[in-house]
Amino acid sequence: MSAPSSESPGSVFRTVLGNADIDRALTRIAHEILESNKGSEDLVLLGIPRRGFPLAQRLARKIARTDATVDPERMVGRLDVTMFRDDLRRHPTRPPGPTRLPPAGIDNKVVVLVDDVLYSGRTIRAALDAIVDVGRPRIVRLAVLVDRGHRELPIRADHVGKNLPTSSAEKVRVRISEIDSVDEVVIEGPA
Amino acid sequence: MKHLLSTESLSAVDAVRILDTAEEMAAVGEREVKKLPALRGRTVVNLFFEDSTRTRISFEAAAKRLSADVINFAAKGSSVSKGESLKDTAQTLEAMSADAVVIRHWASGAPARLAASDWIDAAVINAGDGTHEHPTQALLDAFTLRRHWSRVAGRPSLGGDLAGLRIAIVGDVLHSRVARSNLWLLTTLGAEVTLVAPPTLLPVGIDSWPCRVSFDLDEVLATGPDAIMMLRVQGERMNAAFFPSTREYTRTWGFDDERLAALEASAGKDTIIMHPGPMNRGLEISSAAADSPRSTILAQVRNGVSVRMAVLYLLLSGDDSAQPTPAQEATV
Repeated sequence: MSAPSSESPGSVFRTVLGNADIDRALTRIAHEILESNKGSEDLVLLGIPRRGFPLAQRLARKIARTDATVDPERMVGRLDVTMFRDDLRRHPTRPPGPTRLPPAGIDNKVVVLVDDVLYSGRTIRAALDAIVDVGRPRIVRLAVLVDRGHRELPIRADHVGKNLPTSSAEKVRVRISEIDSVDEVVIEGPA
Repeated sequence: MKHLLSTESLSAVDAVRILDTAEEMAAVGEREVKKLPALRGRTVVNLFFEDSTRTRISFEAAAKRLSADVINFAAKGSSVSKGESLKDTAQTLEAMSADAVVIRHWASGAPARLAASDWIDAAVINAGDGTHEHPTQALLDAFTLRRHWSRVAGRPSLGGDLAGLRIAIVGDVLHSRVARSNLWLLTTLGAEVTLVAPPTLLPVGIDSWPCRVSFDLDEVLATGPDAIMMLRVQGERMNAAFFPSTREYTRTWGFDDERLAALEASAGKDTIIMHPGPMNRGLEISSAAADSPRSTILAQVRNGVSVRMAVLYLLLSGDDSAQPTPAQEATV
């Protein structure tokens, strides 16, 4: 979805979100999450690797800044969806990554799935299947940094950092400093 | 990755990839819902020309946990006992559109023959062929070793190898495909292997193997190896006299109560005792040793399912037409 550094020559790059924009968007999402949950009770943030996980950690830290009773480490988990994808047989084999749930589990919790880009919706479909196999949350919500449209499934996000109208010929690259050493969202399009 | 035929041709990178994937599969085994949809709609055939309990059940459990359909085929009671050839059996399975064939055969090289032929398109997994190899057993042993020793060292096992571990493989090396597969894999992963056996139970040409050979079990135990892997005395393959009597074998080569006591006396060591099963209790291993806290025998069985899930997943889940070189396909 947002692999770095496979930029082909002859493409046009447009930086749509910088460091400060991403931080502001995440701050707003953190507040929205608290607002819609009426506080931080039972809240669990599950990041979808790779870039959803550091985003979930950042959201948890922002929530902890507003609500001092929250331990950001115990609120975040990572949910690997590799083995639940519907396109496994269309790509070379991908080894699965670790799934780590918060110590209290996700049963009867309010789970917020966190990912970098919402595109076809297929990753989220896989994530919903993966969640069912590890527990039964009370509510599942979805937070994404970028919604670029072109859904192929009836899935929508509850919290969106930025809606980016794109053409399907373009690529949206999200770079997160924990992984890519820089915070930015870039649209790569044909020249 | 197309087939898994041997550990001799398995690279360290691929081996670590299988072990890392097995870690994730093991995590699935601890959940309430022990099932993944990854291989839904794919068919795995267990083709067993030789008796087996744990390997067949383990492969069956692994395939079912990945949602594959499993067909068990035992040569006894099948058309093989009417004289059907491997080729005809394979083509029958191909006609039933098997995606993977897990084969155990009494003839060394039968899985390689199946993989190299155009009889069948399926991925071939060697589940033990003659005295040649038993790669998934070696992988589960390596997985057990890596888990134990990374826990002792207090570091995560993901991504690690077995560098620096010293492992003694003891007993009937001559007839043991487990010993061969383990020797190749453990040395690939950086461990040092010492084979301990009576001279009559060592194969010809052992000088060229990447290991030390010893004829004295107590001497090797005194050096404090990190793991002792006892091999089963394979009575069914023995058509000559390899040792004078079972009592003498136990006294000289078996892991008996005295050797267990000596190991316990050497304090501070986290040495583990491994056995691929089935055990001859009282022959190569005493009951006290097999049931001691040092024994990883049941952990090995448990890990076997995770490792076989990893192998099935890595061989079957992807689009193999996108696999780059035929040379890579030939190995794993």
